[in-house]
Amino acid sequence: MNWREFRHNRRAMTGASILGVFVVVALLAPVIVPYSPTAIRFTPNLLPDGAHWLGTTVNGQDIFSEVLWGTRASLFVGFLCASLISLIQLVMGVFAGYVGGLFDTVATAVTNVFLVLPSLPLLIILAAYLQGGSVFVLIAVIVVTGWAWGAKVLRAQAITLRERPFVQAARISGESRWHIVMTHIVPNMLGIIVSNFFGAALFAVLAEAGLEFIGLGNINDVTWGTMLYWAQEGNAIFLGEWVWLLVPGLCLALVGTSLGLLNFAVDEIANPRLRRLA
Amino acid sequence: MSALLEIRDLTVGYGWRFPPAVTAVRNVSLTVNAGEIVGVAGESGCGKSTLAFAATGLLDAPGRVVSGSICYDGTEMSTLSREELRRLHLESVSMVFQASMNVLNPVMRIGAQFRDAMAAHGVSSKQEARRRAEEAFDLVKVPRRFLDAYPHQLSGGMRQRAVIALALVMRPKLLVLDEPTTALDVVVERAILQSLDELRHELGFGVIFITHDLSLLVEIADRIAIMYAGRIIEEAPARELYDHPKHPYTIALMGAFPPLQGERQRLSGIPGQPPDMKDLPPGCSYAPRCPHFMPGTCDVIDPPEVVIDERRRVLCHLFQPHESTRV
Amino acid sequence: MSSPVAVSEAAGTANAPALLEVRGLTTSYGIGRIGRHQVVKALTDVDLAVARGEVLGLVGESGSGKTTFARTLLYLERPTAGTVLIDGDAMPKHPNTHRLREHRRKVQMIFQDPYSSLDPLRTIESTITQPLRAFDIVPRREERQEVEDLLAQVGLTPAKGFLTRYPHELSGGQRQRVGIARALAARPKLLVADEPTSMLDVSIRLTIMNLLLDLQRSRELSLIFITHDLAAARYVSDRIAIMYAGRLVEIGPSAEVLGKPRHPYTMLLREAAPDPTQRGLARIHAEERGEPPDLTALPPGCPFAPRCTFARDECLVELPEWRPAGEGHNVRCVLVDKATP
Repeated sequence: MNWREFRHNRRAMTGASILGVFVVVALLAPVIVPYSPTAIRFTPNLLPDGAHWLGTTVNGQDIFSEVLWGTRASLFVGFLCASLISLIQLVMGVFAGYVGGLFDTVATAVTNVFLVLPSLPLLIILAAYLQGGSVFVLIAVIVVTGWAWGAKVLRAQAITLRERPFVQAARISGESRWHIVMTHIVPNMLGIIVSNFFGAALFAVLAEAGLEFIGLGNINDVTWGTMLYWAQEGNAIFLGEWVWLLVPGLCLALVGTSLGLLNFAVDEIANPRLRRLA
Repeated sequence: MSALLEIRDLTVGYGWRFPPAVTAVRNVSLTVNAGEIVGVAGESGCGKSTLAFAATGLLDAPGRVVSGSICYDGTEMSTLSREELRRLHLESVSMVFQASMNVLNPVMRIGAQFRDAMAAHGVSSKQEARRRAEEAFDLVKVPRRFLDAYPHQLSGGMRQRAVIALALVMRPKLLVLDEPTTALDVVVERAILQSLDELRHELGFGVIFITHDLSLLVEIADRIAIMYAGRIIEEAPARELYDHPKHPYTIALMGAFPPLQGERQRLSGIPGQPPDMKDLPPGCSYAPRCPHFMPGTCDVIDPPEVVIDERRRVLCHLFQPHESTRV
Repeated sequence: MSSPVAVSEAAGTANAPALLEVRGLTTSYGIGRIGRHQVVKALTDVDLAVARGEVLGLVGESGSGKTTFARTLLYLERPTAGTVLIDGDAMPKHPNTHRLREHRRKVQMIFQDPYSSLDPLRTIESTITQPLRAFDIVPRREERQEVEDLLAQVGLTPAKGFLTRYPHELSGGQRQRVGIARALAARPKLLVADEPTSMLDVSIRLTIMNLLLDLQRSRELSLIFITHDLAAARYVSDRIAIMYAGRLVEIGPSAEVLGKPRHPYTMLLREAAPDPTQRGLARIHAEERGEPPDLTALPPGCPFAPRCTFARDECLVELPEWRPAGEGHNVRCVLVDKATP
């Protein structure tokens, strides 16, 4: 992973900038939010005006405050899920690929099982069954359905690296297995691990929003997904409240795009063969 | 009879700007006649592969010919259109690369690849293509049934023979081989070289044989050109080069091959490293490593090309024209 | 089917026990999935011994098993059968981690490809420090000095300048020197060099071979020099062993094996090797052109028999045992009489 390359890659910088804006918003939300996002004391269904930049919902909440607050939820879920998924992939993919043997056989079998399960229906069924009590249920569901594919990719790469002479040299230099994985294998496939991380974050953000939109999240939480749910419930279209429907969706799209850009960019940087000729 | 290939004062570089950042081949002149095997020997970075690509018109950007001429059978290559150049390939000039596996499409049967190659050169009849392919396989002594096989089903030696067969299928007049046997075992290599030798006597094509293995060239080539840092520093008939090498690099290179028999003696390699082609020092590129280095001359003035006789030349300050003795 | 003859060869020198003794070493592994399972017999029944301070050249073409031999000696691959003894100590059939470490203290390896045998993300210092640390060679505070000493010994001077460099900043020859330094860090008694010069430029090869010889002499190391290049083996080795299709077919003093080869395969190798002293293109016999056998489908008897000009009926049935062909020279071929050579 070449950080200098990163700075010069347009897609990486664009993605990072957009994401950066949202991260800042998420961190500063409690400070910059004009009203409490859960307060329902405002006149409902107002169109954007001076006091309410994006208008109010059918329940009388300020949309702008909700949007700002929702950033926290999306990013929190996105990055937490991505981290957990990456951790699982490290064990079930990288480590399994390197050590081989029984551990690998079992891990591959488990991975294949999870791979075969259709994630979208599974996501919906699990969320519905577990009755969206808290966001942690969503996180668990997303992690369980989202780790398998990346694990397979990482495993393949780890197996390739395992055969490289410098790894064999490390083995005969007396290094322990875990040490070799962490100091030789992982750094030499960092690009694909990071790129997987962003891919997982993208999946998580969109999966969360999707589940909440169909009402499987906690509808009292303030997130972009639940905003869309309420906009749908509140007939925003018929009331001409485009903003209410559009803005959360746009935010999701932007965050999604930034993660996607970062995913591609890191892939490019790590694998010079994917680069376009300057 | 005009030479099959005449390269005059060729300079080839790599880079997007002009002049290019790296000059890989500098003022190289080489002639190949029909039925002749010309060996080009040198170590990595000396420019021999670049020379091969340029000579066959296969040089891709960012590499390009900066100056000089490449004349094939009397026709200047730079005057040819893309279409004409494409036709030149395979029909007149054929190249065999080092890693044969990279040449053959792994998911296509070999016979099909032959068909494709020939179709691009006007042989559209399936039967005709098959017949020619079988003939080519016979030439290189690969059983015909392997035409229906996939590349990975053949051993390394067979694959390389198949690639040579592909190169010969349109009966080119010039065959350029870039390290064709480096990845192969010595027995297989010897067998392939034997076949090649027989074929060139039978079919009369000329060969440029590029390799780092000088001892091999002494056995198979008629003439040998030694390349160093983009230049041909010595050229002579193979036997003479071996018996009486003149350039210090040639002498050192010969000495770097341990003998198979005789007394066990300690030999020394060549100290130092080939120069960085992006940053060539003035004068002779070999000077920093040369035991006959003459300060004030070798590191300042470009060595002259000394023609020793009609078949030998040397690029070195140690020699004067019309003399084969040292200064 | 052990062969006392080959094994006691090295021991024959001044009654010193052999440093390395290998008996009946066999390594096979399976490939393919269920239903298409095949067994690759990479190494079959290899016996040899290496004395202290000796250089043994192991010559063979691809598929001969020479790399498998190296890997098996280092236990990068587990032997299927046979024993490996270092200083008379036999390695257990299933060595644990501790035992493996002890083994690798004594036996180290130099890899073929200088471009992939060093971790591209580690500095030279880091690469050489790892075995120092893993084997507890010197206390922490002396590590850097030890690394510098090693670098100086392999000719990378000024050593300080190389510590912080990365592999891609070094040339092939320099990288190979780092590989040698790394192997020496563990202070082994036996070095196994797996084609250490075949990926280097011709003019660099000699310098590396000379370096190995110098190091070997000054440290009284034993060296197994694996190569396909007969001339290189001759230059470096005291004795040469020839491998074919996973088996050892001839072994003896270098001058003898090359000067008077007795096994038809050795003769073939000798003829096929580039020899500029020959006038014109040396030819080899038509029948011997052919390829080494498929290791998953080895014929019974002598593996070379299908290609051998001198093959007799018995060769296709049974593999001959070791027969003496001279002082310290043994051949596994019916052509050599069982009686005195």
